[in-house]
Amino acid sequence: MEIGLNHYLVLSTILFAIGLVGVMRRKNLLLLFFATEILLNSVNIAFAAISHFYGDLTGQMFAFFVIAIAASEVAVGLGLLIVWHKRHGNIDLDSLSTMRG
Amino acid sequence: MEKYLYIALFAPLVGSMFAALFGAKPKTLIAGLLPSILLLVSLVASSILLLHILGGGDVVHVEMMTWMATGDLYIPFGFVVDQVSVTMMMVVTLVSTVVHFYAIGYMDHDKGFNRFFAWLSAFVFSMLILVMSDNFAGLFIGWEGVGLCSWGLIGFWYHKESATWAANEAFIMNRIADLGMLIGIFLVYWNTGTLQYAEAFAAMQSLDIEILTWMGIFLFIGAMGKSAQFPLHTWLADAMEGPTPVSALIHAATMVTAGVYLVVRSNELYALIPNIGLFIASLGAFVAIFAASMALVNRDIKRVIAYSTLSQLGYMFAAAGLGAYWVALFHLMAHAFFKALLFLGAGNVMHAMHDELDPFKMGGLGKTMKGTMILMTLASVALAGIFPLAGFFSKDLILEVAFVDYHFIIYGVLLLTAGLTAFYSFRIIALIFHGEDRHTALGHHPHEAYSFMLWVMAPLAVLAVIAGALKGTYFEMVTTVLPATEYHVHSAATYWIMTIGTQLFVLLAIYFAYKKYISKDIKIPDGTSEMENSIGYKILKNQYYIPYFYEEFLVKPYRELSKVLWKQVDMKVVDATVDGIAGIIYTTGEKTRDMQSGNLSTMLKWMVAGTIAMLSLAVVFGLAVRHQDEINTILSSLGVM
Repeated sequence: MEIGLNHYLVLSTILFAIGLVGVMRRKNLLLLFFATEILLNSVNIAFAAISHFYGDLTGQMFAFFVIAIAASEVAVGLGLLIVWHKRHGNIDLDSLSTMRG
Repeated sequence: MEKYLYIALFAPLVGSMFAALFGAKPKTLIAGLLPSILLLVSLVASSILLLHILGGGDVVHVEMMTWMATGDLYIPFGFVVDQVSVTMMMVVTLVSTVVHFYAIGYMDHDKGFNRFFAWLSAFVFSMLILVMSDNFAGLFIGWEGVGLCSWGLIGFWYHKESATWAANEAFIMNRIADLGMLIGIFLVYWNTGTLQYAEAFAAMQSLDIEILTWMGIFLFIGAMGKSAQFPLHTWLADAMEGPTPVSALIHAATMVTAGVYLVVRSNELYALIPNIGLFIASLGAFVAIFAASMALVNRDIKRVIAYSTLSQLGYMFAAAGLGAYWVALFHLMAHAFFKALLFLGAGNVMHAMHDELDPFKMGGLGKTMKGTMILMTLASVALAGIFPLAGFFSKDLILEVAFVDYHFIIYGVLLLTAGLTAFYSFRIIALIFHGEDRHTALGHHPHEAYSFMLWVMAPLAVLAVIAGALKGTYFEMVTTVLPATEYHVHSAATYWIMTIGTQLFVLLAIYFAYKKYISKDIKIPDGTSEMENSIGYKILKNQYYIPYFYEEFLVKPYRELSKVLWKQVDMKVVDATVDGIAGIIYTTGEKTRDMQSGNLSTMLKWMVAGTIAMLSLAVVFGLAVRHQDEINTILSSLGVM
């Protein structure tokens, strides 16, 4: 069976759904980052696949940008996370509600 | 000459603004002195313009700037100094200069000294706009401006309930009349296409008589309000709540004559509709005797003088209505001088008596206040129209006009009024200055006003005496723009009989007033004497029950109606709608507040929900656009579109 664009898009959608559920359900901040990575990478897959399908490199380039930004975001995020853990001894999302309206 | 026009016009504005800078501060002498000096400058500039016009110079006409220009509508800020407006400018600037300097003394101990001068100078500026404008729109601005300043000055002592009430009454009554005036101005614009006097009056010559009649009526309604003619007259007497210099300037010499000025200015219109003219004359004659009769019994010196003003305005309208515009303007000028003088004298008396206004509680003040007595007597003689003072020339002329035009009823009424005028003027003179001293028992120790206050009144006194001599010069000047009808009684014998008869009648009235009120047994009326209980006296005392009528049949029903509208319409419909909208927003906010729990997890869930909602919307709209044609077909088959 030839693997076509649709397969990649379906994979991307499935990954996105997994990531979304993870973002909604996870209470652990570290796992929340994992879920975010899954979301971003599902998009990257879609970008790369569509770029290949149209023969246009813009999509792949954009995927690289996303990867770069995701990396820096995670770096900053993990830094904050470590500080948070040092202060409070946990990384539970429910304890992270000092800005309650 | 343009330079002098601008100086005359804007000097009072500068003075007003300067005084307003110190508005909230306690008395600062400069805030009174500078506006007064600037008014003197304005007076000098007006005099130069007068000399220019008198010397046969051209009419000064300037267009300062465009005010409104849209489509066919073009209204500039244009000013004109012609023979009529220069007369008004002289009257306004002269009387207001005197009043300003006088007020420096009169308002000496008042907390609102600076504020007073800001208002007073602003009034003069508005009045100058009113008389100098070359179009109806500018006239209307000045008209409203003087109304506003009049409101501020009547209610100057705003801590007094009666003063604020009187201020509002004056303002509201004038508003009613101004609506009429505004309709008149609209009619002028609709039918002539312009508001410039010269062009509008030229276009009126070819208009339908019916339209002209309506224009005349509505413009005159405006004049009735400002000049306090029946039935809008009640505000003028109540306006006496204001400080006396205000009464002298606004409610005697200038603002109230604006109505007369309007009729004189619109003489070309009123010449085309003689029926309205006759109505104006009849109303004027009626007001003359109506106001004079109320002045007979009043026990408040300022109110007596106010009624006298009303009565003299009636004279002016009688003359203007009969087409004798220059006579009306002449009486306006002469009246401004002696009436302002009379009011300022009354101000001195009030000061001496610590704001006591009842002449029955005075008496014998002539001993301590000789200067004021002489000035007020002079003004009263002029008002009564005794030869050779100003009133004789101007008032006799009006009587002659009525006589020559065969309006014998108007003539008779005005003649009778002349007698009444003499009577009430000398009634208060006799009660204030002569007879027994009745005030010491009441604990008053009168003193004469500052001598400079008497000196600044002197120019008015001089003019009250000599204004009659200016008649010839004046006639030659104004008749270049006003109809130059001369009024001569048919035979010399009739003329002499009329003049001497009038003089004797007036003298008799004065003699009678003196005889009655100088006697030793004048008591302070306490409501027990036979005269006070007669029906006629009661009617006059209560101003023909007109204020009572207004209160009972207009004000109270209106208040009730307003209450109903307030409770039923305003509260239940308008307010309820606004409150309802506010309530919905408030409740929504209250309910959705829980979303902002601060919990990252919850917020992320909401974010996802929002994204999904937006996406679904985008999909729905996208589909709708793609299948537009099919949707339209389905909808039209259902009969919706």
